[in-house]
Amino acid sequence: MNYTLDFGPVVTGLPDLLKGCAGTLVLAVSGMVIALVIGVVGVVLRESPLRPLRWAVIAFVELIRNTPFLVQIYFVFFALPLIGIRLAPTPTAIIALGLNGGAYAIEIIRGGVQSIHKGQVEAGFALGLHKRDVFRFIVLRPALRAVYPSLTGQFVMLTLTTSIASAIAAYELTSVAKLIENESFRSFEVYGTITVLYFLMSWLMMRAFGLVSRRYFSYPVK
Amino acid sequence: MSPNPATGPLIAMHGVDKWYGDFHALKGVTLEVRRGEKIVLCGPSGSGKSTLIRCINHLETIQKGRIVVDGIALDDSARAVDAVRREVGMVFQSFNLFPHMTVLENCTLAPMRVRGTKKAEAEAIARRYLERVRIGEQAGKYPAQLSGGQQQRVAIARALCMEPKVMLFDEPTSALDPEMVKEVLDTMIGLARDGMTMVCVTHEMGFARQVADRVIFMADGAILEEAAPEAFFRSPQHPRARTFLGEILAHH
Repeated sequence: MNYTLDFGPVVTGLPDLLKGCAGTLVLAVSGMVIALVIGVVGVVLRESPLRPLRWAVIAFVELIRNTPFLVQIYFVFFALPLIGIRLAPTPTAIIALGLNGGAYAIEIIRGGVQSIHKGQVEAGFALGLHKRDVFRFIVLRPALRAVYPSLTGQFVMLTLTTSIASAIAAYELTSVAKLIENESFRSFEVYGTITVLYFLMSWLMMRAFGLVSRRYFSYPVK
Repeated sequence: MSPNPATGPLIAMHGVDKWYGDFHALKGVTLEVRRGEKIVLCGPSGSGKSTLIRCINHLETIQKGRIVVDGIALDDSARAVDAVRREVGMVFQSFNLFPHMTVLENCTLAPMRVRGTKKAEAEAIARRYLERVRIGEQAGKYPAQLSGGQQQRVAIARALCMEPKVMLFDEPTSALDPEMVKEVLDTMIGLARDGMTMVCVTHEMGFARQVADRVIFMADGAILEEAAPEAFFRSPQHPRARTFLGEILAHH
């Protein structure tokens, strides 16, 4: 072993790496918000009385879950311009992450909704509430609570998946790292450093999810 | 000509049939409930008593017959279903309180969302009914922090907050520990005294004796006998009713 470690380029590039972290968090959080919205709306449409809507949701979920994310992100990147939408790499990556996370979120949240006792729904109907209010006020929060660990686990996955957005040069940590590596050839030092940074971001995210849980899902159950 | 809703029966069921697949759950049920009347429905399990009251607020759909509640013909239209559910309160065997809402929030949700009542007013109404079921001091707690008897009393208050014209009780004491049955029955007796129209599925024969105007006995999806409670308990006419009463009284 005569490889000498040289963290010089990493230290010089540290401000850029930290900005890259911020970029990663922007992709991750925006992707999660979109994924959560798709997840909830998708679950509602999945139970719709209109068969074409149900089928559309099933097709979407199966398509996303059975194709690689790298291919999906390229598809969004090159397909959107064909229908006249030109977006920079970063918004493109956010859309792809949101779609991908959304498909998984639909399946997870659906499990939560199915775990809710039908007596809860009946009590809502008996009180005169409409289906939409029953879902919004009675079913949704306990359903999200029931699947919170799986859902947040999926969202941490989504955070790590942002690194694939470097393939279309979206602004995030892995892209920044590649640039520093290309100039310095200090591959091990650069990727070792961002490994630690990704780990820290995941950890922070789990802490944040814990805080959200304490705020919204801490009601007592038997 | 529809019957005058102010003087006609509050609930009228005529020739109601219901199937679950091949299972004939209700067989030509005809029943009228007058305003202020208290009805106790009893019968062996699987006899269709719960199914019957669940048809009244359209938690179950029927395949044949006619149900009119407070002058509203209960077809499957959303308008009729909404209108009927606004007038009909229901209490379930398993309470079905919303676990993520406080007692007070459980009671204010429907008045605010369905009747458009302002929050302050809905809370005032809720506190009034919670006091009435003697549980006012628990308004800030969550359902899981209450005993079964307390939860069921909250469920009664929650239904009352919609100021229904009739209350349906679906075995309200069956899931309770014995020492909590009385507090719920006392609440129901109080409600009956205040003139509420009530249809109760229950095996609490003491309650039936005390408040029922009529006891209706069902078996195999059909009404086999109806009588004033004293007559029903003293000399049941139908052999199935005699067997049923024998079994019930042997356990009480």
